[in-house]
Amino acid sequence: MSATEPPLVAIRDLCKSFGAVRVLEGVSLDVPRGSVVVLIGASGSGKTTLLRCVNALETYDSGSITVEGTEVGFRAPGRRRGEGELAAIRAGIGMVFQQFNLFPHLTAAENVMLGLRKVRKLDKEEARSRAIHWLERVGLGAKTESLPGELSGGQQQRVGIARAVAMEPKLLLLDEITSALDPELVGEVLAVVRRLAGDGMTMLVVTHEMAFARDVGDRVVFMDAGRIAVEGKPRDVLVDPQHPRLRSFLSRVELKRAEEDA
Amino acid sequence: MSAIINALPSIWGGLVITLALSALVVLFSLIAGVILGLAILWAPAPVRLAIRAYSDVIRSIPLLVLIFFVYYGTPALGIPLSPFWAAVIALSAFKTGHIIEIVRGAVGSIPRGQTDAGKAIGLTFVQRLTYVILPQALRRFLPPWLNAVTDSVKGSALASLVGVVDLMLSLQQVIGRTYEPMPIYVIGALIYFVINFTLSSASRRLEARFAYVRD
Amino acid sequence: MDYIFNFPIVLRHWDKLAWGLLLSLELAALSILIGAAIGLALAVVHNDGPRWARTAVAGYVEFIRNVPLLLLIYLMFYGVPSIGGFAYDAATSFVITLSAYAAAQLVEVFRAGLDAVPKGVVDAGRAIGLTRWQRLLYVRLPVMFRVALPSLSNAFISLFKDTSLASVIAVPELTHAAQWINFNTFRILEVYAIVTPTYLVVGWILLAALRQLEKRFVVVRR
Repeated sequence: MSATEPPLVAIRDLCKSFGAVRVLEGVSLDVPRGSVVVLIGASGSGKTTLLRCVNALETYDSGSITVEGTEVGFRAPGRRRGEGELAAIRAGIGMVFQQFNLFPHLTAAENVMLGLRKVRKLDKEEARSRAIHWLERVGLGAKTESLPGELSGGQQQRVGIARAVAMEPKLLLLDEITSALDPELVGEVLAVVRRLAGDGMTMLVVTHEMAFARDVGDRVVFMDAGRIAVEGKPRDVLVDPQHPRLRSFLSRVELKRAEEDA
Repeated sequence: MSAIINALPSIWGGLVITLALSALVVLFSLIAGVILGLAILWAPAPVRLAIRAYSDVIRSIPLLVLIFFVYYGTPALGIPLSPFWAAVIALSAFKTGHIIEIVRGAVGSIPRGQTDAGKAIGLTFVQRLTYVILPQALRRFLPPWLNAVTDSVKGSALASLVGVVDLMLSLQQVIGRTYEPMPIYVIGALIYFVINFTLSSASRRLEARFAYVRD
Repeated sequence: MDYIFNFPIVLRHWDKLAWGLLLSLELAALSILIGAAIGLALAVVHNDGPRWARTAVAGYVEFIRNVPLLLLIYLMFYGVPSIGGFAYDAATSFVITLSAYAAAQLVEVFRAGLDAVPKGVVDAGRAIGLTRWQRLLYVRLPVMFRVALPSLSNAFISLFKDTSLASVIAVPELTHAAQWINFNTFRILEVYAIVTPTYLVVGWILLAALRQLEKRFVVVRR
């Protein structure tokens, strides 16, 4: 990465409140092109809200988020974007959800095809062949005609990933995508994400899988009470942490992991 | 017995009126109820409040009072209505309140994550409604709506009280000629039963058929 | 609109309206009590009884639910006495009909309530040695009752509205009083301008009161 290239995502002084509760208090963060940035932190630390702000699923009160130089939330200072503009911005950003959020009335292939047809305006055949291509890449070539209700959690989440990446987004947002999965299904989903990272996909990832953060993350960001408390290379942040809150957070995660394994 | 057989044509005529009346009510209340039911979810606050008030008020008035009010009240306001149209208007206005609630419940039951996922792949509001929300809501709308249709058929019997010669009033007229209330009422009950049972079984079948999409 | 409102002439008959409202409330209260008793018995029979009894209850519920209430009222008032060779007054006939009607709806409510009683709770009753009837009386019904309470309140309000149909067999309840004043004064808009809000407001007050009552039982549960 050259020093002159601007980051794909630049977040500056981001602030957001839900009513009287301040969830983000001046967050600044860069996501360089082709990198994987991992957000960790306790629940309520603001990491999911930050992620949702990046593709405007949440509005933000002040500060700025730019993706490829385009301000996400505002058309001009103080003027929020309309529905059509937001849709166009979101079309370039993929997102995978904790609860999968597959469309239950559509088959796996149709889930992937919907955005390709209605947003990318591909014809049906083209959309279908692309959908099947991506479902094969996540190992679901045999499940293209299954309804989400007929798939396991891990399979559903892989459809969710295929649905996001089939749009060929410049940025992929992953929101605790393994948290709702049974432990034995986590591996198959993370394997898919690893491959995407290897292909150079830019990702902003919220996760509780510390091993995954260490392996795949280029940078790890620890959030605490709406601020970035620690930021650095995975090795520096996760191995022998100095920050007291980070230390207690990591030991809690370890403990929970040990309980689950037991 | 022969008196009853002689009465069948007039009962048939009444049945046709009942079906026509019910069909109009079902149609009008569906159109108005869906529009208002969607508006209550997305329209600006004053509009939402007005629809909320309409729905709460109309559902709290006895249907019979509403029918009397429309039929006897409109001439006083200088717009006399035929019994048939007075009944159509009163029943439709009443049923619309229920359809609003059914639409609201059906659309409201779609998890927020569906909207999020639709947004995330870049769908606009109208596209999300068309391809994500409404297809799912339809499956939750149909069974209670079919129940509302049977309610409309049952409610249409009240039109007889303002002089619409529907199935109910035809039965009464036949009884007036034959003095055999019990067999005639039983026949009438069976006719209503067959119509409504068909509808309510369809509702149950739909519910069972769509069950698999509910995770 | 050149209609001239004349409320005093209608209000002269306020006593008819007041007595009518009182009778409406009585009819609804009697019907919910009798209907709930029958409905509860039928629900228990349906859930615990032999298959033929189950079928009979289901048939009864289907019949009542698919026939207009108006027809049931006529059937009970004109039809049944004509073959039975007896007569009863209109109010009695109406209460019988409305109770039977309420029972059919409440069977469903109570059945859902009985199904909602967690199996573990019933097992716990078994574990402390309660008999079948004791489990029903002390465990299943009290739990079911709390689950069913909001639906019972709604059913009562709904029955209160349905009492307006008693006017068709000349039971002097609120709607009948309204019609009587109508035909004697021809002040139609005034009559309904009074009667419609009466149903509305009384219904809402009753519902608010019942919701308060429900809260008390819910607190006991938690």
